[in-house]
Amino acid sequence: MIVELGHFALILALVVALLQTAVPLIGAAQRRAAWMAAAEPLAVAQLLLLGFAFAALTWAFVTSDFSVALVVSNSHTLKPLLYKISGVWGNHEGSLLLWTLILALFGASAAWFGGNLPDTLRARVLAVQGSIGVAFLLFMLLTSNPFLRLEVAPFDGQDLNPLLQDPGLAFHPPFLYLGYVGLSMAYSFAVAALIEGRVDAAWGRWVRPWTLAAWVFLTIGIALGSWWAYYELGWGGFWFWDPVENASFMPWLIAAALLHSAIVVEKREALKSWTILLAILAFGFSLIGTFIVRSGIITSVHAFANDPDRGVFILMILGFFTGGALVLYALRAGAMEARGVFGVLSRESGIVANNVLLSVSCFVVFVGTIWPLVAELLAGRKLSVGPPFFNAAFTPFMVAIAILLPFGAMLAWKRADPARGLRALGAPAFLALAAGALAFAVQTGQSALGPIGLALGLWVVGGAAVDIWARGGREGLGLRLRRIALLPRADWGKAVAHGGLGVTIFAVAAMMAWQREDIRVLQPGEAFDLAGREVRLLEVREVEGPNYLATQGVFSVTEGARVFELRPEKRIYPAAGMPTTEAGIDYGFWRDVYLVLGDAQTGGGWAVRSYVKPFANWLWAGCALMALGGLLSLSDRRYRIAAGARRAAPAAGVAAE
Amino acid sequence: MMLRALCVALALWSGPALAVQPDEVLPDPALEERARDISAGLRCLVCRNESIDESNAGLARDLRLLVRERLVAGDSDAEVVAFVVDRYGEYVLLRPTLGGANLLLWLAGPAMLMLAGAIAIGYLRARARATPPATLSPEEEARLRDLLRD
Repeated sequence: MIVELGHFALILALVVALLQTAVPLIGAAQRRAAWMAAAEPLAVAQLLLLGFAFAALTWAFVTSDFSVALVVSNSHTLKPLLYKISGVWGNHEGSLLLWTLILALFGASAAWFGGNLPDTLRARVLAVQGSIGVAFLLFMLLTSNPFLRLEVAPFDGQDLNPLLQDPGLAFHPPFLYLGYVGLSMAYSFAVAALIEGRVDAAWGRWVRPWTLAAWVFLTIGIALGSWWAYYELGWGGFWFWDPVENASFMPWLIAAALLHSAIVVEKREALKSWTILLAILAFGFSLIGTFIVRSGIITSVHAFANDPDRGVFILMILGFFTGGALVLYALRAGAMEARGVFGVLSRESGIVANNVLLSVSCFVVFVGTIWPLVAELLAGRKLSVGPPFFNAAFTPFMVAIAILLPFGAMLAWKRADPARGLRALGAPAFLALAAGALAFAVQTGQSALGPIGLALGLWVVGGAAVDIWARGGREGLGLRLRRIALLPRADWGKAVAHGGLGVTIFAVAAMMAWQREDIRVLQPGEAFDLAGREVRLLEVREVEGPNYLATQGVFSVTEGARVFELRPEKRIYPAAGMPTTEAGIDYGFWRDVYLVLGDAQTGGGWAVRSYVKPFANWLWAGCALMALGGLLSLSDRRYRIAAGARRAAPAAGVAAE
Repeated sequence: MMLRALCVALALWSGPALAVQPDEVLPDPALEERARDISAGLRCLVCRNESIDESNAGLARDLRLLVRERLVAGDSDAEVVAFVVDRYGEYVLLRPTLGGANLLLWLAGPAMLMLAGAIAIGYLRARARATPPATLSPEEEARLRDLLRD
């Protein structure tokens, strides 16, 4: 019964989304206030209906209702509750439902927080948001209905893919979707502004918080996925340039460009049409990402042929929304004349450089991701584009961004005095170069990657610190510190996010350059030396989990005076018939010790793979700092005031699901 | 007991983890390092998106052994890669060659950077030369005050 109600709510949501698209659009065109005002209750109704549908599906998973096909193929009675719930979105149909629920959540938030928007703009934003809902609800109801029943219910389910039964991956998809779908707000604002034919400073201020929120969620989602890969896949890799990863990375890069260029629109009324284009592209890349992941066309051409309906449908959605918006853009962008005048050396031009580098680097990732498809279709060549290509083609852009960032961040708006910025940045530049040279001298004979990463990271972090420090004025330390503490949160957000990028750059380089690896066969009781630590295999035993069996190696590691135990496992999930590895990791400030248990050897003993991963935690800390910087900036006074019409805690009803 | 038996059977059939097995490692560390570098650039043909250095698949192991065999026989790195490509096609290369249409792939980034850079410089110079807009209309003045109030 509940399942049928969920299905029905989904159909009702489609009807509501159709109304939400048509009524406010007509209302805005004919200046009918009541029609425009209808957008708000419709957006809320859509959120409630989709919230109910999602709750119904969650109910089916939690109660293990095996008459529902989706529950059978993705759940099992023995599975822990957390994974019964995360199983709801651990599959195509359910994740699509989460996608549309989040879409409706953003739509309703725009209705709630959009009190200060002009009526026509708000109506049009909500209408565009509704039209995206129409497309995805149609997609779900026609090709991927999560509520389909089975005629004969089996006794038990086939279990969720064991790799997904993990806390990191349980929350990775919701954050990614919050990011992907959050960019739909930027898109809706862009299309609504194109229909209105007007982009001004206020528009820049309205669109930026949504972009910033989406970017923060994407940052967290990508970092969670990367962290999961690090501890779960068994050899400590954290980024693979997999098409599915690139699918989330491309919108992240464009969103990062967008949230910078929106500042120029807001403060200087320039870069308007470019910012509109970025907003369209950001959501376009989200849709491309959805297409890549859902259709499987890039990972394997054959998966696409297996389910052509889905792939073709998403391609149509992508074509309609991106193509339609670009046509509208071509017709209207000419009307958006820039007003601000600024010198070639100015904060504005720094942000232009940031935008050029970020969007071209995204273009490189895009070309690399689709190249195998292009080459096969056009040239008949079956080839691969893997990490070696991306490392070679993408890294120079990050190096350029890291070098330019502290300069650009210090430049003044309108017309900057370059000498002033250069003087202030002398100290971090000297520190970075000295540390890089020292690292190069100490490591002797290894690749230059580590020292370069160290120098770049220090330069960016130091630049962010100087940026904040320089804002305090020159009248004595006490006054200076007080002034710094009182700086707007947007300034702190900027410095923290930039610092986070520096930390991330350093950590990536350090992990790639300075990791230590050891592969060997160990007998129980035997020990070996791992870069100055003694690692001893005490025993190998069988242990039983709630829905898996594991072979567990018990190791003791002696590091200086400290002795600790690590227990890497090899697990078998009988229901899914699938093995996984659980690495034994000792997380530390300076390094992670990472042990993996391999197969039993024919001659006795066990294969053991061990790593020392320097500065691994700095990578996640850097991502967390970037997200924190985004949140700080989001909480800046000018957005809180701008959102002054909001009511108390409207999102509480949704959080309960 | 059933579960335990199943577990053991599965464990014997395919062990997870451990791409490079201890018995594959060459005694000469310099040669082994070259083997690892080459392996990281060769695709495991039956996997989704893994190099043979990372993969647990049987085919990947065969290829790793092949790479090491060729190295021990005295091949240069390029010769080893050419040997593998001759047998498995260019699909096995994770770093696409520079030849033919692939030149487009490699040049796409730099070309786009030059184009975008040229447009950006043109835009910046136009902005620097532009005259500030005429004074604001009264409505715009009111709107500006509105915006600047917070």
